[in-house]
Amino acid sequence: MPNKFPLWKNLLILLIVTFGFVYAAPNLYPPDPAIQLSGQSGAMVIDQVVLDKIEGSLDEAGIAHFAGEADGQTALVRLQAIDQQLRAKEVIQANMGGDYIVALNLAPTTPDWLRNLGGTPMKLGLDLSGGVHFLLEVDLDSALTTRLEGDLQDIKAALREERIRYRTFEIRGNQIIGQFRDVDQVGLATSLVRTNYRDLQPQIGPSQNPLSLVLNLSEEASSTIEDNAIKQNLTSLRNRVNELGVSEPLVSRQGKNRIVVELPGVQDTAEAKRIIGKTANLEFRLEAESKSGETFEFRNPTVQGPDARLENKAVITGENVTDARASFDENGRPQVNITLDSKGGWQMGHATRDNIGRRLGVLFIEYKTKLEKSVGADGELVITPVPFVEKNIISLATVQAQLGKSFRITGLDGQRESSELALLLRAGALAAPMYIVEERTIGPSLGADNIELGVKSVTLGMFLVLLFMLVIYKGFGVVANFALAMNLVLLVAFMSLLGATLTLPGIAGIVLTVGMAVDANVLIFSRIREELAAGASPQGAISAGYDRAFVSILDANITTLIVALILFLIGSGPVQGFAVTLSIGILTSMFTSIVMTRGLVNLVVGGRRIEKLWI
Amino acid sequence: MTQLKVYNFMGIRKYALVFSVVMLLVSSWSLYSQGLVLGLDFSGGTQIEVGYKQPADVGKLREKLEVAGFESPVVVHFGSETDVLIRMQGEPDQSLAERVYQVLQADGEEVELRRVDFVGPQIGEELRDDGGLGMLTALAIVMLYVAIRFQFKFSVAAVLALGHDVLITLGVFSLARLEFDLTVLAAILAVVGYSLNDTIVVSDRIRENFRKIRNTSAVEVINESLSQTLWRTINTSLTTLLVLLALFFIGGELIHNFAIALLVGVGIGTYSSIYVAATVMLAMNVDREDLLEPVEGELVDDLP
Repeated sequence: MPNKFPLWKNLLILLIVTFGFVYAAPNLYPPDPAIQLSGQSGAMVIDQVVLDKIEGSLDEAGIAHFAGEADGQTALVRLQAIDQQLRAKEVIQANMGGDYIVALNLAPTTPDWLRNLGGTPMKLGLDLSGGVHFLLEVDLDSALTTRLEGDLQDIKAALREERIRYRTFEIRGNQIIGQFRDVDQVGLATSLVRTNYRDLQPQIGPSQNPLSLVLNLSEEASSTIEDNAIKQNLTSLRNRVNELGVSEPLVSRQGKNRIVVELPGVQDTAEAKRIIGKTANLEFRLEAESKSGETFEFRNPTVQGPDARLENKAVITGENVTDARASFDENGRPQVNITLDSKGGWQMGHATRDNIGRRLGVLFIEYKTKLEKSVGADGELVITPVPFVEKNIISLATVQAQLGKSFRITGLDGQRESSELALLLRAGALAAPMYIVEERTIGPSLGADNIELGVKSVTLGMFLVLLFMLVIYKGFGVVANFALAMNLVLLVAFMSLLGATLTLPGIAGIVLTVGMAVDANVLIFSRIREELAAGASPQGAISAGYDRAFVSILDANITTLIVALILFLIGSGPVQGFAVTLSIGILTSMFTSIVMTRGLVNLVVGGRRIEKLWI
Repeated sequence: MTQLKVYNFMGIRKYALVFSVVMLLVSSWSLYSQGLVLGLDFSGGTQIEVGYKQPADVGKLREKLEVAGFESPVVVHFGSETDVLIRMQGEPDQSLAERVYQVLQADGEEVELRRVDFVGPQIGEELRDDGGLGMLTALAIVMLYVAIRFQFKFSVAAVLALGHDVLITLGVFSLARLEFDLTVLAAILAVVGYSLNDTIVVSDRIRENFRKIRNTSAVEVINESLSQTLWRTINTSLTTLLVLLALFFIGGELIHNFAIALLVGVGIGTYSSIYVAATVMLAMNVDREDLLEPVEGELVDDLP
């Protein structure tokens, strides 16, 4: 029983070890705090001239910086101290003006040769880096209702044009319901809807009232509307986040109707929340002429009274806005200059041409949530989020002439409101309102503390285990300890390479893996001791120990892997981080504790006559 | 070389059974009558962690918040004298944290906003459902795997041992009024993994010995298997407990309960892999016949 590995096996181990060291290495280079600058529009050139200006303003403020670079699109300046980052951002923003987006960033310091090999450091989760996490729920029902409202207006107009008479036509729940006086009219209306509105399906059945027409959105149409609503919300959220100037933001869909937004390093959470959480839209509506229409209050009290009556139908909405910029009018009052797309421009022109002298209102629509308390059936307090919509008139001005593609809105309350409104309009309207259902803010110092605690506990845990193994298994303990250290290196290498995010529970997972990874070696070494006790030769005991323990190790690890997988599937954020580290740890520990220790043992004692094993 | 000492583990299995049953009853009673202290992740609400330069007086802070019109705020130290955790009961609302922070800053004292968590009520409910569902799925899949790899009686034993460990760990959290949050749920699932690991290793040895040793009673086979794996069981538990103690003492407040759940779970898991799983197997009359290799397998082996 020679206990020798063939050359290729030894080389393979060496290869994997090298791989581990190379890809774990980037984590040894902490990133520099940096400030990144880019233009509001892609057309702006950011070159050496801009860079010089930035560096000049930093010098003036006495903020130490180095290695500035500009590539035409963005400029990056590295700072010496992280606590100067915020001030540097303010200084630069003040000097460069509002045309530039200034963002806090962390610039990698990974050496070029490592970067060329694809090596990157592990990403830190929000609990380690600090930042904000939002979970937003998209109100899909409201997207469907908006669509139905549009269809309803169109159908009514078409019916009037075709001289088909109806008693009422309205939306009830997710249906459009029309009441007629005679059956012939129902038939005419049904065929009109069938030919022109494919997405609406007339409800047919024996229980159906012959004098009414019930229209349902087809399943296909509803799922398309819902899907588009989420997609558009994702897009406009991304635009908004980009305007916030955050490095490496995350905006992604979660489940059917939720969106996760993570903004690492954001310190002014109030601003982030205002921009992300605000689901606002604009509608331009003419003032109602008769008793019809809806009454809205003014946002800011004006001479025009506390409220005004506007028509039910909007001329255009925020969706038609292609650009919006905040500025000031001749009297220094804040205003927003708006540019519409061609469809919006045409509709606006059409509506204002015929209505010169009437007043046009700008309606600001904000979607909010309030939480209502009630007492449930079993006497416990139930809190349910109730979405509600707030609609206020920003301005109501007389149409002096036909409006075209560009015009302006006045009547805003301060510069902050005008710039926020401009941003919201520019970033795109939301197709459906969203509500914050979860929000977590982690301050930057807490993140740093968490890293420190994590590193400390990994170090201490590791040290204790190494000591324990050395005392219990002596020579073989040394081998196991090598494997354990290597396991940590491989774990870090794989996590870096897979782009997994390291979280605090993830660190706990690493610590736990350290503790459990030695299990395989404990199993093997116990088996070797048993074989020796049963009278086997040292070489025979090693071989039998590894072989017999293998089945147990495999079974035990596969079952743990199953649990980790389920954790990953059901968990969210932090739990998933834990599951990822645990799974990777199980796989790497199988390699290090079985293959690598065997290789080491073979190298030391294999193929020789040994009287006694130091175990 | 000395012969391995065989301990008569199964001789005291009646006492172990009584011990387990009492623990399970107490845990179930506590879970039923007073439930778990659900953390923010599951209950929903708002909590705010702030840091002061000097040790903070939580009583004064509570008063200050009540004067400012906040309803029944819970103010406690978090980890250290200078860290304070404020939790608002009942009425979660999105701008609450900012208002609280403003009140704390009002008299010019230097206070740092370290963390804000707002969890909507619907999220907590979903997590509770998903967590329970995940636990059941994990148990079902594990049962299936063990039934395929070993045998049905082993799989019942393994799952009962798992359920035993999870229930008692939950019971400890309920009795000690420790907060149950997402990290604790993760810890409980890790306990499932760990306890399973232990049970599988023991079962593996029992299976091996049933095939190897003939003409002995099941009790003796199991005693011998448990004695053989005893040192491994103890050593692995010790290394795991060592790192968990490291997490417990210096891992910080946020994973304090995570460490407690694992410490309890690993302790119970070690005990259950010796007593619960084996006792269940004996109760189901496990014997050699259950573990004979399939006949076809032997035929294949005999081919030249």
